Amino acid sequence: MAVVVVAVMVALAIFTATPVETVTVLPSADGHVGTVVVQRGEAQQVLHEAYATSRSGQTEVTRLSADEVQSTYGRALHALPALPATFLLYFVTGTDELTEESKLELNKVLTAMRARPLPDVLVIGHTDTVGDPAANDRLSAQRAETVKGFLAGIGIPVERIRTAGRGERELLVPTASNVDEPRNRRVEINVR
Amino acid sequence: MRASLAVILFSVSAAALAADAGEIKVVRGAAHIERGSERLPVKVGMPVQEADRVVTGIDGTVGITFADNSLLSIGPSSNFAIDHYVFDSTTHAGKFDSTLSKGTLAVVSGKMVKQSPDAMHVRTPSAVMGVRGTDFVVRVADH
Repeated sequence: MAVVVVAVMVALAIFTATPVETVTVLPSADGHVGTVVVQRGEAQQVLHEAYATSRSGQTEVTRLSADEVQSTYGRALHALPALPATFLLYFVTGTDELTEESKLELNKVLTAMRARPLPDVLVIGHTDTVGDPAANDRLSAQRAETVKGFLAGIGIPVERIRTAGRGERELLVPTASNVDEPRNRRVEINVR
Repeated sequence: MRASLAVILFSVSAAALAADAGEIKVVRGAAHIERGSERLPVKVGMPVQEADRVVTGIDGTVGITFADNSLLSIGPSSNFAIDHYVFDSTTHAGKFDSTLSKGTLAVVSGKMVKQSPDAMHVRTPSAVMGVRGTDFVVRVADH
C-alpha cells in the first residue's frame, strides 16, 4: 500500500513538474557586477556577486562556474549584439564647428559602423549648466541635429540616425549651476 | 463625423503604441516574431515593438538592441515576450517588462536602469526579477 502511495506521489511529481528556472548574474564586459533581485512568491533572493545563481525550489543562493554558464547559455550569449561604441564630439566655443580632434572622431564613427552588420546611430546632445534647464534641453537637441547633419554629410543614411537632447542632466564633469564647462558641452554618438 | 473622429483617434494611439522599442541585430537559424495575428520571420534590421513575442526554433538565436542600449539575446527553443517598453530619450525615464516563458535569455541592462533602478523586470513562470544595472542570464527548462 505504502509503495503504491509513493509511486502515485512520484508520478504526480513528474506530471505536475514545474519548470526548473535559474538566474545567474554575470560580470559585465568592464568587470562591473550589478544586482538582480529575484522574487518567487514571498521569497526574495538578492544576487550581487559574479555567477551568483538563484534556482527555483532552492532557498540557498548557489554559484555556477564560468564553464557551466558557457555550456548552458553559450548560444544565447553568442547572439548578444555588440556593445554600442561611444564617441564624444566637441564644438569650437560659440560655433557650430567641430574641433579638429572631433573631426577625426567623426571618421572613427564610420569605421565603427563598417564593423557592424546593420548599424544604427544615436546622437545625444549635452550642455553645461549655464542657462535654464528647459533652454538647455532645446540647445542639446539642436546640437544633436547639427551632428546628424554632419553624419549625413559623410554618407550615413538619415533614416539610420536618431537624435536625443539630454540638456544638462548628464554632466561629464559635475559642476554647480551656471558653470561654463567646455567638457560638458558635447555631443555623444552611439553606434549600435 | 463621430465615427471618423474615432478612427483618427484610434490610428493616433495605434501609431503611438507602435513606437519601436528596439531593433533586431543578430539572427541565426529559425526564429519568428508573433505580432498580433501576424507571424513574421526575424530579419536583421527589423524593429521590435511592445507586445511582440519572439519564438526561436531548435537552432535559432536572436539578438536585440533596445532604444536605451539594453541588449538582449534569446537562445534556441525559447519563447520571449516584450510586455511593456517605454523610454524617454531626454530624461531616461521608462519601463521595460518582459517574460521568458521557455528557453534561455541573456541580458545586458542599459541606460534606463541607470536612471531608475526599478524600471526593468524580467518575468518567468515562477519569478519576477528586478534588474539593477547588470549582465545576467535566465533559463526556464522543462526538466
